[in-house]
Amino acid sequence: MLALWNRFTARIASLFRSRDLDGDFDQEMQSHLAMLAEENVRRGMAPGEALRQARLRLGSRTQLAELHREQRGLPILETLLQDLRYAARTMHRDIGLTCFVILILGLGIGAATTVFSLTDAVLLRPLPFHDPSRLVWIANKDVDGEGLSGETVPVNHYKALLSQNRSFADIAAFSPFYRTGDDKLTGNGDPQRLTGLQVSQNFFPVLGVRPIFGRDFTADDCQFRWNSPKVALLSYSLWQTLFHSDRAIVGRGLVLNDTSVTVIGVLPQTFSFDSVFAPGNRIDLYLPYPLTDQASQRGNELAMFGRLKPGATLESARAEIAVLGPRIRRMDPDRNFQLLLDPLSEHVAGHLRTALFVLMCAVGVVMLIACANLANLLLARSASRRKEVSIRAALGAGRIRLARQMLTESVLLSCCGAAAGLALSWAGTRALAHLQAFRIPMLDGIRVDSVAVGFTLLLAIATGLVFGLIPALQIPGALGGGWKESTRGSSQSRRQLWIRNGLVVSEIAFACVLLVGAGLLIRSFLRILDVNLGFQPKMAASLRVDPSARYSTQGLRNAYFDETLRRVRGIHGIEAAGLTDGLPLGISRTWNLGRKDRVYTISDPPPPVFIRVVSDGYLRAMGIPLRAGRDLSAGDTATSPLVAVINESFARTLWPGQSPIGQMLGADRDRQVVGVASDVRHLALEQGSGNEIYLPIRQTRDYSSVDLVIRATVPLSSLATPVRRTLRELDPTIPANQFHDLQGLVDNAVSPRRFVVMLLAGFSAFALLLASLGIYAVVSYSVSQRKQEIGIRMALGARAGDVQAGIVRQTLMLAAIGIALGMAGSWALSRTLKSLLFGVTSTDPLTFAAMLVILTAVALAAGYLPARRASRIDPASILRAE
Amino acid sequence: MAEEKSEILQGTLDLMVLKTLDAMGPLHGYGIARRIEQIGEQALQVNQGTVYLCLIRLVQKRWITASWGTSENNRKAKFYAISKAGRKQLAAEAQNWERVSQIIARLLQLETRS
Repeated sequence: MLALWNRFTARIASLFRSRDLDGDFDQEMQSHLAMLAEENVRRGMAPGEALRQARLRLGSRTQLAELHREQRGLPILETLLQDLRYAARTMHRDIGLTCFVILILGLGIGAATTVFSLTDAVLLRPLPFHDPSRLVWIANKDVDGEGLSGETVPVNHYKALLSQNRSFADIAAFSPFYRTGDDKLTGNGDPQRLTGLQVSQNFFPVLGVRPIFGRDFTADDCQFRWNSPKVALLSYSLWQTLFHSDRAIVGRGLVLNDTSVTVIGVLPQTFSFDSVFAPGNRIDLYLPYPLTDQASQRGNELAMFGRLKPGATLESARAEIAVLGPRIRRMDPDRNFQLLLDPLSEHVAGHLRTALFVLMCAVGVVMLIACANLANLLLARSASRRKEVSIRAALGAGRIRLARQMLTESVLLSCCGAAAGLALSWAGTRALAHLQAFRIPMLDGIRVDSVAVGFTLLLAIATGLVFGLIPALQIPGALGGGWKESTRGSSQSRRQLWIRNGLVVSEIAFACVLLVGAGLLIRSFLRILDVNLGFQPKMAASLRVDPSARYSTQGLRNAYFDETLRRVRGIHGIEAAGLTDGLPLGISRTWNLGRKDRVYTISDPPPPVFIRVVSDGYLRAMGIPLRAGRDLSAGDTATSPLVAVINESFARTLWPGQSPIGQMLGADRDRQVVGVASDVRHLALEQGSGNEIYLPIRQTRDYSSVDLVIRATVPLSSLATPVRRTLRELDPTIPANQFHDLQGLVDNAVSPRRFVVMLLAGFSAFALLLASLGIYAVVSYSVSQRKQEIGIRMALGARAGDVQAGIVRQTLMLAAIGIALGMAGSWALSRTLKSLLFGVTSTDPLTFAAMLVILTAVALAAGYLPARRASRIDPASILRAE
Repeated sequence: MAEEKSEILQGTLDLMVLKTLDAMGPLHGYGIARRIEQIGEQALQVNQGTVYLCLIRLVQKRWITASWGTSENNRKAKFYAISKAGRKQLAAEAQNWERVSQIIARLLQLETRS
């Protein structure tokens, strides 16, 4: 065994010093011959005869050297090296073409690897938790509710499920009703707003995450007894940035929302709640959620996920919950409680599957187009190399040997392209990983890893084989007529032209499919940007101004609000200012709320309505038009009559065909409708607004955060400092590290869609470029082939215009076939896009027509250049050359 | 090439070269070829060059070593010497060969009797 291994390594080593070893062997033969001849002379031969005999005795030296080389090295590898060297030389000779091919392949493979890495990170790789396949997302499905309130459950329902189920080893819960900057940190440098997530004590154990030091939450922490200290776990990044990785932080007290909280531990760097559950919203610290009866009064507030017991399956758990659910529901028949179970991975990334699938397909199509293009190029080159190939064939190179040589060349090219592509996608994935504003889960985990490199390598070899195969298959034909320089009009070149035309037609068809897909998505995207949001995000900004704990009564808080608004409105450049407990496109909560003069039952409940707690001026600051009645005013306080403004949808729901102004609502208490505002797309750009009600902030205590919204007449950036200064004067502990442009909210909400659209548009542009290059190359080739014919025709009186028109017609013919095929394909395939479209049908005639025009125009442009060249052919010079 | 055709011969030649080097000490290719011809009474009707194909194989398997030196009549020549691993291999091969040849011999005797 050892001997065989020694021999193998020696054989490989010998490949690299072939020349030395050849010289060595030659010398050895020389001395052998000399000794043999000497012996012969000693036996009495004449010197000349002695040498001749010696040569006979030793055998043919060239043959021996050949056999020796075979014994010494690895013949297969040797030919491969030889082919590679030859290929490298050819590539070097055609350096322009080589660069072009590597560029195209690099772009194509780079795109493919990036999309693959993205898919790998988002869909294929398991979630970064312990045994993630056993994690199940448990959502409430409220039939008529919308928003988060409909998907969550109250504490007591959670507890009942936890104690009664037999499918789950444990079920964890957290409150998704957090807003960025909910928690105010003071006493640690400048006041700052942090984002905290409230979780059940078993949250981290269920995920299999342990603090890197310090301790985890305990059941006691979630009981919130009056005498037990409040505790918090820090995220790794907060610990690093704010506390400079100081391990002594554990046990230290922080002042969070004006109360003292003890840090009990730090979570590992690898754990990121936000990248999995809430991409784009960084969580700084984790707090225990009060698992108490009082908290249960607050209604639906908990999102849940569980870990299946060994032996339990998703199906068995679903079956159990189907029985258990209704039993728990009986605790509180008024409350909707119907659980839906999904694998956690499905909940996290399932909605991106279609988009990623479309991107993968698009990249595949781009690669196919690139292959067709390169096959075309190599075909053109193999035509110009026909003579060389024939000579090599005549010297004894077999057909398979030649084909292998050509495939080696194309695979070498594609591997070079893959190297360029890897570099590109390395940069691409790094850029993607840093796009924190994107609402795409696990984006920070995207990278070019060994799987992606393997994928690239496979892709490179496959690509090289595909685009090398067609030219390689052309070799047998080349052998026959190759000797003769010109094979004008032979069946050979006609066949080649046929193949090349076929390649171009398929390029156009593929590009067409891609363009139509991208076109539909771009149109959807434009439709969404065009959507009437119901508010004006431009020139508006927001800032958290939650009243601190020292404003302990509603009166004090109202005074704080009055003063804040008065001072902010006094700043130069601020046109309007108002307060709200929830900005659009963030989280939403719903109540069920109806007319005062109507009786509702369980089977006929009042309609769900989104609650917004706002101040006077909010509607103006947001740019929400008032349709009827009056806005809320500073005079709507706890002592004045209760009022509300509702949106048009809610008005239509409750009082169809009547004016709602002056009507009474059966809300928390009875409220009179004083105004009607226009609808706002609060949930998502793609979703209608639903029912909305605006309650005066001075008449309720039911808000958990307060945002100040301002509308400016001067650039927003110039206002950040004066606004902060004004607020500080009022309350020095107010953190002012956030000043958000409202347009940012909208951009963030459309980011995943923009991401897909941009990638797809980029791919389509690339495909279009490739297709136009393909058309250009083929038409140019056919013009150069038909030079003589054209020259003769022109000599016989054909006009330049006629020649030009003929060639353009030929181009359009190719384009027409390609487009027809592509349109048919798009028609069939566009249905898969349906779930990604908004405001357009998958067979949108406008998109199809636009793409038809674009492709035809590009084909015309690509065909026009060679056509013009043809029309400039000088008949005299052609005839002379004949 | 020749490799497939004469597998037995190849094995035999390997054994012969190893034994020669074991018995005679370091020797150049010519010397080895001569020696094998003498012993084999011209039974191996092959070119002397063939021995070099065997030598490179054995060197690569590290059963023999090669180094340049000077021959008895002052000529530069490559000398081959058996290595430790080569001796071990030789012993094993020789034993194996003996066993096989005994079996063959017995078999042939049987055939003559019947």
